[in-house]
Amino acid sequence: MSAQAPVQQSHESLISFANVSRFYGEVLGINKVNLTIPAGVTSLVGPNGSGKTTLMNLMTGLIRPTQGEIKVLGISPENPEQLCKVVGYCAQFDACPKGLTGHQFIYWFLRMHGYTPEECERKTATALQRVSMTAAAQRPVGAYSKGMRQRIKLAQSIAHEPQVLVLDEPLNGLDPMARAETIALFREWGQNGRHVIVSSHILHEVDQISDQVILLSQGYVVAEGEIKGVRDEVKEQPMQILVRCNDPRSLAARLFQQDHMVEAKISRDRRGLLLRTSDADSFYLLLNKVILESGLEVESVAPADDDVNSVYQYLIGGDGGAV
Amino acid sequence: MQLWARQITAVLRLEMKKTFFSKRGWWIYCLAAMPVVITVLHWIVMSRIQSNGHRLGDDTIIFAGLFQLFYLRAVIFFGCMGIFSNLFRVEMLEKTLHYYFLTPMRRELLVIGKYLAGLSVALVLFVGSVALAFLTVARHFGSAWTDYLYHGPGMSQLGSYMLVAALACVGYGAVFLMCGLFFRNPMIPAAVVFVWENLNPFLPSVLKKISVIFYLRSLCPVEVPVPPPFSVMVIDADPTPIWLAVPGLLLLSMILLAYTAMSARQTEINYGE
Repeated sequence: MSAQAPVQQSHESLISFANVSRFYGEVLGINKVNLTIPAGVTSLVGPNGSGKTTLMNLMTGLIRPTQGEIKVLGISPENPEQLCKVVGYCAQFDACPKGLTGHQFIYWFLRMHGYTPEECERKTATALQRVSMTAAAQRPVGAYSKGMRQRIKLAQSIAHEPQVLVLDEPLNGLDPMARAETIALFREWGQNGRHVIVSSHILHEVDQISDQVILLSQGYVVAEGEIKGVRDEVKEQPMQILVRCNDPRSLAARLFQQDHMVEAKISRDRRGLLLRTSDADSFYLLLNKVILESGLEVESVAPADDDVNSVYQYLIGGDGGAV
Repeated sequence: MQLWARQITAVLRLEMKKTFFSKRGWWIYCLAAMPVVITVLHWIVMSRIQSNGHRLGDDTIIFAGLFQLFYLRAVIFFGCMGIFSNLFRVEMLEKTLHYYFLTPMRRELLVIGKYLAGLSVALVLFVGSVALAFLTVARHFGSAWTDYLYHGPGMSQLGSYMLVAALACVGYGAVFLMCGLFFRNPMIPAAVVFVWENLNPFLPSVLKKISVIFYLRSLCPVEVPVPPPFSVMVIDADPTPIWLAVPGLLLLSMILLAYTAMSARQTEINYGE
């Protein structure tokens, strides 16, 4: 991921994993992970047991690596006094200390950070407002629905305005409106130069949320980077491109004179042509030439498989939608 | 206020809120109330029956027995086990320990904060219970008991019992806080400590000194005579003087707490999933 970062970022602005492994007894959590995560929204994608939560627990200092070194904005997770000032973690664990209301849940968390009571009240109110939980703040967390618990956890993780926000399945249990608001919040935080690291099972949402993805499988990082960049690197899988034009049959005939064309399918409405090519760059040059020569009316040209779901299927296998 | 003081205060207040009046702790309240119920019943019964042979001195020995055999070995021991071993253990079981571990607070401060919260609850319950039980045990003697309290050794004895109860909370608290952090099931180490503490009178004098109860007994103001046939088996060890027993017990507690605090720094969140 660092290789593709447009601007060279200092070590203090990155999250880095250097040869990090974590074993639970004889069970592998993650193995020999080398990563550098820049600011922006990064999604961790992988099936259950692929190591997403392990990676998140490691970068928040809740567990320690069996080997290797982790730095979060230059801070070691061995130093929670410094780390937790800059990291907020919305963990997968749903529980909250017994008997606390939503307000108290955030307020006491901030008090343990060392803020004064006035600061805690102010920050608590802001966090509750951000997740639209002000009205329910005086009710016990134990009486909250799944979606409300998810939102109050999110409020807790952002209450101290951390530079790094780590979110384990943050969209679970949220209704469509809350999902949209939460995604907007992630994007806002990512655009403000913060690190937002999200794990999600729902791949089309990962597409909406993320600036970059990390694909995990069985404890290994399979791919990392911007989704398009990751797709481009999957050379063995022909690229799929959908061209919508007035005469797809003629276009297909002209394009198939080239070696790199693998397959073409005309859509049912007779205006779309789905092409598979082993050389996308040559394809685009050829397409331009053919359009100019033939005078075809082209509505759109778009890659059909550079989303997370396709990349996931190519790299990990199975149906990405049911990760 | 310094940052560390604010953080300890926050943990202390949060824990007090959770620990006091928690439904889970109902049996600890019952345990603390039990000796008071016994002494109140004793007061009521003895007020109604005339017993020429019953003297005030007998009741002070009865209380000494109640204190050493029931308070120290059962009420405070199991009460502290219930309070302190749960301070971390329950957080693990309820999957809430990460709530604390995600704050920029030194883990050592978290241990101290939780310990102080547990200690506050234990002191209120058990020292309060001891005071109430002592004040009611010989209430049926009327003005003689008032004289004993205010013009005799009564207040001094009460002070000693309260001090011993407080030290017991400090010592057992440190032991059980450590057990709660180290063991998935604190009942097992608690059972070992219980057996060890109760075998104390029958142990050789060197081994006697490696226990909390030995120092506490040395501080008790009234000795309890051991009835036969147990008196044959009991081994006398030199009682520890107060100037050694109190700092010794505090030092032992501090060592246990320091070890627990250092271990907490290495503790990982593992909810057994």
